[in-house]
Formats: sequence, structure tokens, C-alpha cells
Amino acid sequence: MVSNIIFFILAFVAVVSSFMAVTSQKIIRSAVFLLFVLLSTAGFYFLLDYHFLAITQIAVYAGGVMVLFIFSIVLTNQPGVGVKFEKPKRMIVAAIAALAGLAICGHIVYYNISRLYFYTTQEEFKMQDIGFGLLGTGKYQNMLPFEAVSLLLLACIIGGVMIARKR
Amino acid sequence: MLLEISHPLELIKLTASLDSFLHGLLPSWAALLIEFILVGVVLLAMYAVIALILIYAERKITAFFQCRYGPNRVGKYGLIQSVADMVKILLKEIIHVDSVDKFLFYLAPFFVICASMLTFAALPFGNGLHAVDFNVGVFYLIAVSSLSIIGVLLAGWSSNNKYSMIGAMRSGAQFISYELSAGLSLLTVAVLAGSLQLSTIVADQSYVYHWNLFRGHLPAVIAFIIYLIAGHAETNRGPFDLPEAESELTAGYHTEYSGLQFGFYYLAEYLNMFIIAGIGTTMFLGGWNAIQVEGWDGFNQVMNFIPSYAWFFAKTGVLIFLSLWVRWTFPRLRIDQLLNLEWKYLLPINLVNLVIMAIIVVFGLYIK
Repeated sequence: MVSNIIFFILAFVAVVSSFMAVTSQKIIRSAVFLLFVLLSTAGFYFLLDYHFLAITQIAVYAGGVMVLFIFSIVLTNQPGVGVKFEKPKRMIVAAIAALAGLAICGHIVYYNISRLYFYTTQEEFKMQDIGFGLLGTGKYQNMLPFEAVSLLLLACIIGGVMIARKR
Repeated sequence: MLLEISHPLELIKLTASLDSFLHGLLPSWAALLIEFILVGVVLLAMYAVIALILIYAERKITAFFQCRYGPNRVGKYGLIQSVADMVKILLKEIIHVDSVDKFLFYLAPFFVICASMLTFAALPFGNGLHAVDFNVGVFYLIAVSSLSIIGVLLAGWSSNNKYSMIGAMRSGAQFISYELSAGLSLLTVAVLAGSLQLSTIVADQSYVYHWNLFRGHLPAVIAFIIYLIAGHAETNRGPFDLPEAESELTAGYHTEYSGLQFGFYYLAEYLNMFIIAGIGTTMFLGGWNAIQVEGWDGFNQVMNFIPSYAWFFAKTGVLIFLSLWVRWTFPRLRIDQLLNLEWKYLLPINLVNLVIMAIIVVFGLYIK
């Protein structure tokens, strides 16, 4: 009952902010509405008692990615000037792409909801298990992808230093 | 061992009896509802009271550092000066500036105040005085405290003022940089503690030599110093107060704010100082544990008479005093010195320190 009420509040915030994020004329307001979407998603994870994912969502998306977004928008020239509407043809294409994305997501959610339900009835994962899952080498443990991602990030950092260094 | 000695002034018995009383009287949902509201009200009230005390302490200590008297007219020793200031700021007019981005301008203070309020939820103030005990508590504290910078950036941008903008950019660069060091040094202690749950971390630090500061030898001390520097920089105070350098930027990102909106920034600044000190206490200095030395039973018993929340606030107070000491001792850094300090010194030291700590933990070299 209580969790239903909280769910509907969060869902309302998420849906309205998503619409505002794409329809807002000022790009910095879009970023702020996107931030609200990300925060309410973190709220959903809290509602599912999956604290690690919720806090990762806040730390990585809300506290990391969005801060960098806002920071870089603030750095651009005249970020407050309104954006013009696209041509109708492109709007239709974008709408179709968005609907296709919605359909794919809906399909995945519809056929996997029972699995999610199974996980929510289990006890919460221990932090240690998550750590072993990420950095272990056994079955269902993901050392290799983790290292591959870290290599990719290292390449990005070196690229960033190369671009930013003084000549 | 330790807990066999009774703790006469603890609040845990009071809260437990209130809980059983409410559950006996009401259905469980109503009892829970009342308890949730009570916890919220108590935390909010504590938020305001701590801010008042900190403002008074800061003004008085600052005055002594500068060989002045400080507030001494309102009440004995100026004790109710900050209460008078609070009433004044509540009565002040909020001036509506026309050419600001209204939505973001009025939204921004709430980000700052909510972020510091959220950290209050997970701080263990004493035995049983811990609102939410996440199994990833340390991570939670780092995550929610990083939200406050959004408020600063939005305030700077929406104010439509060059000084605010420059202040916000400086603050953003500073916060994003020093957040790394603060997070990494907390990570170093988390490696030592073997847990991210704050209640476990506090419970493991029972005797003085179990405090994470001493248990991890040199790496823990280095992590503590780096944490204090980085945490101090995150609060935009002391030698790191470039975002509001009054000689160049009037007041930085909150130039355009007035009345209670400015009060929010002011409050959040003081509370962030408290939160940084509180996290430092919990992670390094044994949290709310009393000073206990193995074998000194009489001494331990005397120390146990002092309740755990008093210990927490005392240790936090020491760290806050350190922060004030630094603030009034060092001159303000230039922006390039600030970024050099973080990216060329603190961060590499921190990364090496983390590896050394991992080696110490793997080979079991810490004090058991």
C-alpha cells in the first residue's frame, strides 16, 4: 500500500520529467529534468530494496554524469538561447525511433518481469558477493569484461590527456 | 567484553521503550508512521541546532584566532547571538531578481540543502541513533554528498551574473577534483575495515588501537590526512574558498541570493563541515565508541559513563576545530595551485596508498 503510493509518486515524477526533458526549450533545463528522471529511477531501486544499484545510480548518473553534463553545458556559449523545432519529417522519424525503443523495452520488461520478481523476493545481495561477482574468475564472475572496460577507460584517459596537453 | 559494563546515559533504552510502547498501543503501521515522522523531525531539528552551535563556535574561535572577542553582547558570552541571527534571516525579504532563470534559481538552494540532509540519514550519531543502516553506507555518503555541487552550478548559471558564474565554475572544478581524493581515502579505510556498512565499521573499532587510524599503520594516517584536506576543500572553506573569494568575486555563486535562500547556502556550508568531520570520525576515529584501552578496566568504566552520542560529537568537534585552525592559518590558494595540489600530489599519493593498504590487508599486517 505505502510502497504503491511511493511508486506512483516516483513514476509521476519520472514520466513528467522525461517529457519535460525532451520538450524543454533550454538545454540546461533539459539537463535538470533528466537529473530528476535519474533520481526517481534511483528511488525505484530503493523501493526494490536493491540499495547498491540505487546508490550506484545516484553516484554515477546523478552525481557524476549529470554534474559533468551541467558543467559542460555551462561552459558552452549562450546555453540559455532557445532551440528551434526540427522539420516535420525528422520529427516523425524521431517519433518512430522512440516508439520502437519503447516497444523493445516493453517486450523485454513483459517477458522478464517474473525473473525480477524472483530477485526482489530474495534477500538483498551482500556487498562482498557483488565484489566477488565483479572481480572473480570463476563461473558467473566477470573479471574479463571488467578488465576490458578498464582498458577502454584507460584509452579514453590517454586520449583526453593527448587532446588537452599544451603544444 | 565491552558492552557488559552498563551505559547509564544511552538513549537506546529510551528509544526501545518508546518503540515497544507505540507498538503496544497502535497497529504496527501507525506505530511505524509515527516513528518515521519522529525520526524526520528529530533529524531536521538537529540539523538546525547543530548549525546554530557551529556558527557560534566558528565566530568565537575565529575571534580568538584573530585576537578579538567575537560576539559578546547578546546573552552571556554572546551565547544567543546565533539565535538572534537566525531570527533575523528568517524575517529578511527574499528579493526577486527579474533577469534570472526563475525555475533553476529557486530550485538550486534545495539541491544543496537536500544533499546535506540526506547524509544525515546514514550517519551513526550514537549507539542506536542511526536512522538508516545501508549495507553500502560509505558509498551512500559519498554518493549523496556529490549532489550538492549541482545546486552550486545551477545557482551560478541561473543567477545571470558573471561573478556567480565564475564562482560556480571554480566551485565545480574544485568539488569534482577533491571528491576523488575524499572518495579514494574513504575507500582505503573501507579496504581495511572489510565492510561498507557503517554500523559494522563502528563496531569493529572498539579499543583505541582498533581505530582505523591506528590499525592500518602509516597508510591509514596518510588516508586520514588526505581525507581531511579533501573534505575541507569540498566544503569551499578556508584556504580553498576560491569560489567565494570576496576580493575578486563579491560572494561567488550566491551573490544574487537573499533572505532564507542565502540562509540555505550558509546553513549547508556549516553542515557540510559537520558532515565531513562526522564521516571522518566514523571512519577513522572509532565513531561513537568511547576511548577504551584493553586492560584498564577502571578507566574504561569511567569512559563508558559518558554516552556514545557525546563521544561522537566530541570527536567531531575536534575535527571541526582542526578545520577552523586550518582555515585561519593558511592563505588562499590560487586556482592552479589548487588543481596542482589535487591532481599532481593528493591523487597519486592516494592511489599508491590504496595499493599499500591492500597489501597490508592481504598479508594481515594490520593490528588485529
